Amino acid sequence: MPFGLLKYGLRRRYPARRDVPVASELKPSYDVVIIGGGGHGLAAAYYLAENHGITNIAILEKGYLAGGNTARNTAIIRSNYLTPEGVRFYDESVRMYQELSNVLDYNILYSERGHLTLAHTDGALRTSRWRAEVNKHLGVKSELIYPDEIARVCPQLNMSSDVRYPILGALYHYPGAIARHDAVAWGYAANAARRGVEIHQQTEVTGILKEGNCVTGVETTRGMVSCGKVLQAVSGHSSVLAEMAGFKLPIRTIPLQACVSQPLKPFLDPIIVSGSLHVYVSQSDRGELVMGGSTDPYTLYSTRSSLDFKEGLMGHMLELFPFLSEVRLLRQWAGLADMTPDFSPVMGLTPIDNYFVDSGWGTWGFKATPVSGKRMAETVATGQIPEILEPFRLERFDTFEQVGERGAASVGH
Amino acid sequence: MKIMHCPLNGPRNISEFVYGGEVRDMPDPNCVSDAEWAEHVFLENNTRGVVREWWMHVATAYWFIAERNTATEKIVRTYPSSDIFSDRVSFAAPDEERESS
Repeated sequence: MPFGLLKYGLRRRYPARRDVPVASELKPSYDVVIIGGGGHGLAAAYYLAENHGITNIAILEKGYLAGGNTARNTAIIRSNYLTPEGVRFYDESVRMYQELSNVLDYNILYSERGHLTLAHTDGALRTSRWRAEVNKHLGVKSELIYPDEIARVCPQLNMSSDVRYPILGALYHYPGAIARHDAVAWGYAANAARRGVEIHQQTEVTGILKEGNCVTGVETTRGMVSCGKVLQAVSGHSSVLAEMAGFKLPIRTIPLQACVSQPLKPFLDPIIVSGSLHVYVSQSDRGELVMGGSTDPYTLYSTRSSLDFKEGLMGHMLELFPFLSEVRLLRQWAGLADMTPDFSPVMGLTPIDNYFVDSGWGTWGFKATPVSGKRMAETVATGQIPEILEPFRLERFDTFEQVGERGAASVGH
Repeated sequence: MKIMHCPLNGPRNISEFVYGGEVRDMPDPNCVSDAEWAEHVFLENNTRGVVREWWMHVATAYWFIAERNTATEKIVRTYPSSDIFSDRVSFAAPDEERESS
């Protein structure tokens, strides 16, 4: 039997299917160059090809496909934000995610779990109520629930009042979900590649070539490429790239760490988040507890892990789930988050005519992958900024019209 | 644990310190345009490399300056702010405005 299997496997008649073809040489020129081969860049390429018929596209990725923050987030998808601008935007994303496996013909393991944001203080309770009302007003299913209902939804939670921060209530967001983050990127990559988009990994952009206020091409480690338009989607290094292009962003690069436990039998259905305790946790389909906390206390471009983070997070985790004290950690890692002053992204046009930016994705980037891909594609194709992106434009800081998003994860509330 | 050398308290755990942003010149708030002020307040250099920053030792509320490499997390040098600032920065409104109000 093993020999038979080997013979079958090695036959030329059944070649392995490659989702992402091996890239050839760089062409001298493309209509659109997308810098960054993560979820956002790949999604933008797919929607440019699918919705706008632009297929002469190169995606230039410094490392490997979706190896940055697409691989490092905690895969939570939700739209229970605080600002109407944010709720509308993320709601479109959740709706797209719900259909994504079918649209891409690629299983992203979308798993709707329900999402509980715990409130331990009167202030947090007030914000939860505020978020619930804004959500319901915009047709997003969220409710403020109290301890008896929380205990019913998640009986594993420690509801004791004999802890440092007893649970007073929670914002229950019914459509909260998780998905396999790598599959989202691979699905977009496969579908974009099938439509003619070229994906070049190990190709770092080292300079932006300009003529007047117009970009004419990019300098890469594999030579010069000229192009009609450029979209940068490089969360973590947005400022570095913007500096090459010649403008500044309201972004500080701060590491955001996360970790997973060893796999356990399924016991935790909903996603549990606590803003006051800086914890978010869900159980993946593999059984691992995927845990994250707050962003690091200072700016850094290094994806090192720290003991401080682990100690702080575990202390809070054990207050919520004391029975996990014997469980071991499997992996810990960090991603580089683009933190903006108002916790909203920076998307759309830039001071340079044909250069577009998709940045400021702090701790809220993965959940926005489909909508930002679709809307950035629209922006690049038409040169006009769609209404839904209007609030997130870069110039909002000049006119003091920030979108203060206190519904963002991993930041103090 | 990461250790930072406080010019006042010597080597301490980095969790005792708070990061206060890059050291940069403030434009005169009395004669600056909105756009320039917004740039100063919101836009960041966010440099990947050695940066000169404000840090504070929380327990003693002591502000000082650190030069730190943001790519490698190496703290190059720390020193009292008096090394580069000799005068107090004045935040006072111009005289004529104060008189009219």
